[in-house]
Amino acid sequence: MNGPQDLGGQMGFGPVAPEKDEPYFHAEWEKRALGVSLCAGAMGAWTIDESRHARESLHPADYYASSYYQIWIKALEVLLKRHGFVSERDLAAGKALDAAVTPKRVLKAENVPAVLAKGGPCDRPVATPARFKAGQHVRTKNFNPTGHTRLPRYARGKQGVVEAVRDGFVFPDSNAHGHGENPQWVYTVVFEGAEIWGEGADPTLTVSIDAWESYLEPA
Amino acid sequence: MSHDHDHHDNELDPFAARVRALETILTRKGLIDPAAIDVIVDTYETKIGPRNGARVVAKAWVDPEFAAWLKRDATAAIGSLGYSGRQGEHMQAVFNTKDTHNLVVCTLCSCYPWSVLGLPPVWYKAPPYRSRAVIDPRGVLEEFGLTLPAARKIRVWDSTAELRYLVVPMRPEGTEGWSEERLADLVTRDAMIGTALAREPA
Repeated sequence: MNGPQDLGGQMGFGPVAPEKDEPYFHAEWEKRALGVSLCAGAMGAWTIDESRHARESLHPADYYASSYYQIWIKALEVLLKRHGFVSERDLAAGKALDAAVTPKRVLKAENVPAVLAKGGPCDRPVATPARFKAGQHVRTKNFNPTGHTRLPRYARGKQGVVEAVRDGFVFPDSNAHGHGENPQWVYTVVFEGAEIWGEGADPTLTVSIDAWESYLEPA
Repeated sequence: MSHDHDHHDNELDPFAARVRALETILTRKGLIDPAAIDVIVDTYETKIGPRNGARVVAKAWVDPEFAAWLKRDATAAIGSLGYSGRQGEHMQAVFNTKDTHNLVVCTLCSCYPWSVLGLPPVWYKAPPYRSRAVIDPRGVLEEFGLTLPAARKIRVWDSTAELRYLVVPMRPEGTEGWSEERLADLVTRDAMIGTALAREPA
């Protein structure tokens, strides 16, 4: 979706303002926000793609006014409601009032190291051979789906070169909506700065994205 | 705006209260284990951070075979040092050269190689960096105090899929014969994102 998350090339947000010796957390609640988000995700009710889509589905004004951990928590509340773990009443009261559905699993403290060490690999076998090969010229599709996609607007309808054929990966555009993993080949595609930004582009710039096969057509 | 530096752990902070309420609700329902949160926080505060990535880079500087492996199969090469897992499942290492400087961003969210760099800094997740890294990388680098030669090519890697990128900066001059441990001290988090170069030896 053309949501607030699709930031590449947007203007007006001001300087980056890196913080010297930045701490990992700026408040105690951020630690809990990280942990609650990971523990809730570990119940296995939704995928990383669905959680990304929940975050980018926040109202743009809300998204831009929120820190990243705030975005995580606001989206987490949506996911927990959607999947029957908390109710509006629970959240309004700040207490557990309504019964929850039973999760597939609950992450216990003793299992955290193993779960973090395992991670969540998203590579999958793909039945068909890769359609494109390294060095091939391709063009990204121009589309504007209302659902989740990982093709940024700035890179739509642009001509580039396949630099590398990666692995097969879960396709977020369908997986985010519970329509299956439908794995596809992923390619690193490189664009000249001028192809993307046109007049005035930095002549020394190239930008690459990692693109699922269905984002691409031969050029 | 997207920073929250002014927030503190304060009962009066409405967002802190909101997170606490959510944790309480989920705990009461038996859906989460608060002790698991403690372990997660401790892991990312004390065990998994940019020191991991610095060791990878230092090893690549002194060991050409490891560097070649890192280029070919970063996930396995990094895994051989014990760094793997969440948000490091599919790693790619990209090497700076005298011709090309690499810069990593996630314009769509905050994808970042947690297994080697730990949790991302606020600026990496915030709109100014995410919006400008792809269109004005030189301007962004200036804000980090880094001015690249005008002829240096810049390659920006937008982490739009599940590959996670680690920049391998160039080894500073004057470090011949240094141990990996000593070299690792020159490798900052920002150097492995691409917003800095490796530190010069003092």
